[in-house]
Amino acid sequence: MTETNNQYNYKKQSYKKLMFIIIGLIICAVSFVTDIIVGPASLTLSDVWLALTDPSEVSKNAYVIIWSIRLPTAIMALLVGASLGIAGAGMQTILDNPLSSPYTLGISAGAGFGASLMVVVGASALEFLGVFMVPFGAFVFASLTSFFIYSINKIKNFSSETMILAGIGMMFLFQALQSLMQYMASPEALQNIVFWTMGSLAKANWINISIVLLVLVIMLPLMMRESWRLTALKLGDEKASGLGVDVESLRVKVFAFISLITAVAVSFVGTIGFIGIVGPHIARMLVGEDQRYFLPLSAVCGMAILSLASIASKMLVPGAMFPIGIVTAIIGVPFFFSLVLTRKRSYFK
Amino acid sequence: MIEVHNLTFGYSSTEDGQILKGVDFAAKTGKLTALIGTNGAGKSTLLKTIMGILKGKGDITINGKSVAEYSTKDFSSTVSYLSQDNDCRVNLTVFEVVMLGRMGSMSFRVSDEDIAATQEVLERLNLQRFASRSIMELSGGQRQLVFMAQALVKEPKILILDEPTSALDLHKQFDLLTLLKNLTQENDFTTLVTLHHLDLAAMFADEIIVLKEGRVYAQGAPKDIFTEAMMEDVYRVKTKIYMDDKGMPHVIPLEAIN
Repeated sequence: MTETNNQYNYKKQSYKKLMFIIIGLIICAVSFVTDIIVGPASLTLSDVWLALTDPSEVSKNAYVIIWSIRLPTAIMALLVGASLGIAGAGMQTILDNPLSSPYTLGISAGAGFGASLMVVVGASALEFLGVFMVPFGAFVFASLTSFFIYSINKIKNFSSETMILAGIGMMFLFQALQSLMQYMASPEALQNIVFWTMGSLAKANWINISIVLLVLVIMLPLMMRESWRLTALKLGDEKASGLGVDVESLRVKVFAFISLITAVAVSFVGTIGFIGIVGPHIARMLVGEDQRYFLPLSAVCGMAILSLASIASKMLVPGAMFPIGIVTAIIGVPFFFSLVLTRKRSYFK
Repeated sequence: MIEVHNLTFGYSSTEDGQILKGVDFAAKTGKLTALIGTNGAGKSTLLKTIMGILKGKGDITINGKSVAEYSTKDFSSTVSYLSQDNDCRVNLTVFEVVMLGRMGSMSFRVSDEDIAATQEVLERLNLQRFASRSIMELSGGQRQLVFMAQALVKEPKILILDEPTSALDLHKQFDLLTLLKNLTQENDFTTLVTLHHLDLAAMFADEIIVLKEGRVYAQGAPKDIFTEAMMEDVYRVKTKIYMDDKGMPHVIPLEAIN
């Protein structure tokens, strides 16, 4: 089969899509290494290479910087980017709304409130357990938000409209509660809350990396297993039902996956917006909405964006690490607009 | 064969909320059965209830087996359904949309057989030149044909089609109904299709079912079904029924009865 005389070559198109994923992964790899090198203490590529392969050959300082700070942060950027990218893609598909992101349904607002609550009640200042209390509070309230949305929709058959309405309701509720927390907080606690809501990779360590990785490693294949059904769902509920998809159970299942991925990612790094919307948008422009390619490429785009933003956050103000949530939006939005405005038909081919 | 016995469905339990009020009929294998009736008579609801998209009460059997006994996979490989709504916002090519019709039997990796079957059905419906186009770029009629191709690509035994010709020009309506009739006879399909164009229903259907206010008003061969009395009673239109030299009825509308 050749693509002559208007004959469509499906296999060739599929390889092209696969190539986009591979190119994306190469960008992530380059960005990942750059992310480790860039920072206040100047390191070279060989420092990084030696620290990873033969620690005895590198200075103790460089070893500690790389293994305790740079490497965890760089890995966390990739993992959280992938989590938010795939969660955004899933959310946009099950809600049939390209403006959805993991935050549309108030999951992040719930997490924000949970984190703020822990700071205000002083749990974050507890000895030993304190460092875990903020992510724990964020995770619990993100999960509670998801459960509440699930309960409302259980009565209303999980239509995309009811899910969005329930989610927006939850978002407003938790934003108000978070404002209440900020109102009640001491100046020091307020500073902590505000910093958390800006999003930061600075608290990345090997424990929370393992947790995010574990969730992603389990959830990604589960999401991928639903790729055909999710692609069919994009044709509309009725068409998907006609193709043998149990629309309601698919929505519940994917919603549960997304909720868990988002809750875990957000609880460790705070609110990092934008990636959940833009990662999937870029993926959609490149490979369309065959979810077998769209889901992994959304994850790869999320990884690349957050990893590049992590580099930018260290370069914007020399010597300081800018909150990454701010950087993703400031750098990302113009880039996104440029993609949208220059989008050509060839993107779809 | 599709057999429906005492099928009821309503959006509420009140008498007014009942859409299907005890529907009984059988659509035979190897025959094209047309479902006709006024707007709101329950035609689409009946098809959706057979498909399980709406949950009705009553007995539905397909090829002698109750629909409740089918696994989702078996049901979707046996039955193809084309809904009325052809609107969609999805960034997929026509080829990808059509191939999705085979998703029940497709593994994660698409096989050569799936690709060949998709090519074949696109050629059969003369859609191959649109294969690489996004479905969103097509007109309503073209989209309708794409979804028709999607319904045919898995080679089902049962075809349930809700107004498959509503957006097509007259020539394409002829083409599609001719194709459906041939496929039904050659492959022993059971084809149940709702139609508004009564002349075309009379011309192509082996059997006609008339639905009125959620009940089967009449079922039979077109020449027996299309009578001036039925047209007055069901459609509230005075008509002249003209039989051509092949014994095929043609409906000539005269005036609406107020």
